[in-house]
Amino acid sequence: MENARFKPLEYAFWACTLLPFVVTPAYLSLGSQIAITALFALSLDLILGYAGLVSLGHAAFFGVGAYAAGLIAKHYWTEPLSGLVVAAIAAGIAGYVLSHIVVRFRHLALIMLTMGFGLLLFEAANSASDLTGGADGLQGFHVPGVLGFKFDMFGRTAYAYALAVLFLCFLVARRIIHSPFGLALRGIRENAARMPAIGAPNLAHLRKAYTMAAVMAGIAGAVLTHTTSTVSLETLSFGRSADVLVILILGGAGRLYGGIVGAIIYMVARDQFSGVAPQYWYFWIGLLLVAVVMFLPNGILGGLSALRKKSQ
Amino acid sequence: MLSSLAGVLFDGFAYGMLLFLLAVGLSVTLGMMNFVNLAHCSFAAVGGYCTVTVVNRLGWNFLVALPIAFVVGALIAVVLERALFRRLYRSSDLDQCLFTIGIAFMSIATFAWFYSTEPQSARIPSYLLGSFELLGRKFAVYRLFLMLMGLAITALLVLSIERTRFGAQVRAAVDNQRMARGLGIDVDRAFMITFALGGGLAALGGALAIEVIGLESTLPLSVILVYVLIVVAVGGLGSIRGSFVAAIVLGITDTAGKYYFPWLGAFLIYLVMVALLMWRPMGLFGKR
Amino acid sequence: MLSARNLNKSFGSLVVAQDVALELPKGARYALIGPNGAGKTTLINLLTGMLAPDSGTIVLDGGDITRLKPHERVHRGLARTFQINTLFPRLTALESVTLAVLERDGHAHNWWRGVASHRQAIDEAAGILRSLNIPDRQTAELAYGQQRLLEIALALATRPRVLLLDEPGAGVPKDESAALFSAIESLSSELTILFIEHDMNVVFRFASRIIVMVGGRILVEGTPDEVGRDPRVREVYLGGHARAA
Repeated sequence: MENARFKPLEYAFWACTLLPFVVTPAYLSLGSQIAITALFALSLDLILGYAGLVSLGHAAFFGVGAYAAGLIAKHYWTEPLSGLVVAAIAAGIAGYVLSHIVVRFRHLALIMLTMGFGLLLFEAANSASDLTGGADGLQGFHVPGVLGFKFDMFGRTAYAYALAVLFLCFLVARRIIHSPFGLALRGIRENAARMPAIGAPNLAHLRKAYTMAAVMAGIAGAVLTHTTSTVSLETLSFGRSADVLVILILGGAGRLYGGIVGAIIYMVARDQFSGVAPQYWYFWIGLLLVAVVMFLPNGILGGLSALRKKSQ
Repeated sequence: MLSSLAGVLFDGFAYGMLLFLLAVGLSVTLGMMNFVNLAHCSFAAVGGYCTVTVVNRLGWNFLVALPIAFVVGALIAVVLERALFRRLYRSSDLDQCLFTIGIAFMSIATFAWFYSTEPQSARIPSYLLGSFELLGRKFAVYRLFLMLMGLAITALLVLSIERTRFGAQVRAAVDNQRMARGLGIDVDRAFMITFALGGGLAALGGALAIEVIGLESTLPLSVILVYVLIVVAVGGLGSIRGSFVAAIVLGITDTAGKYYFPWLGAFLIYLVMVALLMWRPMGLFGKR
Repeated sequence: MLSARNLNKSFGSLVVAQDVALELPKGARYALIGPNGAGKTTLINLLTGMLAPDSGTIVLDGGDITRLKPHERVHRGLARTFQINTLFPRLTALESVTLAVLERDGHAHNWWRGVASHRQAIDEAAGILRSLNIPDRQTAELAYGQQRLLEIALALATRPRVLLLDEPGAGVPKDESAALFSAIESLSSELTILFIEHDMNVVFRFASRIIVMVGGRILVEGTPDEVGRDPRVREVYLGGHARAA
């Protein structure tokens, strides 16, 4: 049985996440973007890496959380932590409702359905411009800070906020994965046909996992809203769903840290490339995807762990 | 009222024919080998850019460019299949998705490199442009051309799949690959040829589409890919008939939606797709 | 203990089960035999709920289970193994059996406490593995015979009252099958067992009664002697024309 205690490497990793405060203070806002994306990727890992459900529409929950947080901040109150709770509940409800449909399907139908729901939500938000601001996004509100710390222009508070939320959600994800429920999810991923034969209610398990993943994605979206004081339609876009999938696979699905590693690499690379023309970016990310699928099927973390096994 | 309905049906049918040409190759190859090729619309772009080069830079006639686009698309499809895709036939859905998305990304960058990111256009002969009158209403000549081309190719496809030996092999492989191999059918060769044909048809579709939806370097991963996937998923994998019906339904629904309910945007399409897939996850004409 | 009446199932014009009736008393050791394609695995799929019958009823210990979902039937005490190993490749043997125990006790919903803290479940799982001599390795790394034993371990972990074994010895090399069959032999006499088998030695060794299925129907049922002497059975197995179902 896998030991659920923190390994020394993990302590080192999380300690390093504090480094940007001192070493690269100019990149703190990139840091919060990375933390938000990492949380989003972690939420996808719950359903993709651990339960085995391929989703091309996970941004739906990210967007629901982002818009919920934005609407609360714009029309009601600007305290972010309570806004976070509301966003989590909103995304959770959306996830719960959709899960009843989604978990019954596999293969192409599942891919198309998840993509379809994402697209539907995108179009709905686009059309309902009175509520959401449509293509211009939700604007005209300002979240001043969290717990008394102002969101400054250096991005210090934002990074601290995003990092703290990421860490807390990470701890929860860790518990889930090492729990009996996590084992059941892995059982479904490994052999969904065997599970009912040992008394497991597959659909109930999957609905729960899907809802949890939606809650986490919604939290990530809300943090984005709070740290930028704006919600763009892009948070619901197919592009964001596809990006997070690429990021998770890059880092390695089903490995808890895969989403975080993938987010760091992807976002840093994109930031470095942002000065250059976008076509170069597309070429190299395409090549990277091709290379990962052919040579690193378990992502970067999988490749590293295979290397470690070989050297033992 | 009726006349605008006729117009919507006409345009919708023409659009549907275009979608059919773009999607049919993907449907058959998915049904045969279960290979999810999200780079399929790269072939469409190849056809489009090839036509642009032939017509604008070489100055040849558009109608001559079409078969050239088909051949070029088919050749590139074969090369990709032999060199890369065949390694992934046993991989998971997800791996195939990601690999082919990667190829699509690379193709986008390649097109942008050679042709810039500006929208492209090709010179269409004047006899294909303009409109004609029927029952007091004007219809676009080009759309009629699209429909006729689409129907002709559909007829060719249906005939060849029903009447030729090769078509029988394809049908057997789609139905039960293991059994087909057991009967001595060279499934790999049949697949390669089918893949080439699918790529060629997509290229042809891409060439014809320049006038209707335009051509940009981002075509491989644009909303067109989404529509193509919808046609394939709703029509049923491996079914030419299914692709045809789904493409027509999608084309008309999209055109009607944009005309009668413009504020809905593409919402209607996605709603119809989701509803249809929930009812028939294997597609309207897919295996049960 | 387990009885089925008037089970019918067809796929279009293909009839896979026709008017099948079955009666398994408690503690029974019944064998289900028949040529390939006779519908034996289909019958197990019908009994366990993986396949819904067109008509008929299934009763387990007095309770009608015809409408219950497969996992609900497992909780009522009906377990099965698969003809082809249907295991969890990347889970270890211990994790797999522990999962079955946790599902049985309803603990699999728990997402907060670690698996490691469910000591009782782990110990019970370890005990089952020990009794069947299965080492705790990743499932994919076990020998084929050990995997077959793991199939049975998973079913046993659900504490079944009725156990349906689908060709337990299938594909097991000669040197490993002794362990397999001594394990089956030592199963509790309280357990009701129906097993599908092709090897007649195994059938005559273990079965107190034999059911013969051909073409989706029950041909004959009786003691090994009765079945062995039945002319219809001899024709099915030794007759010149292959009675393909």
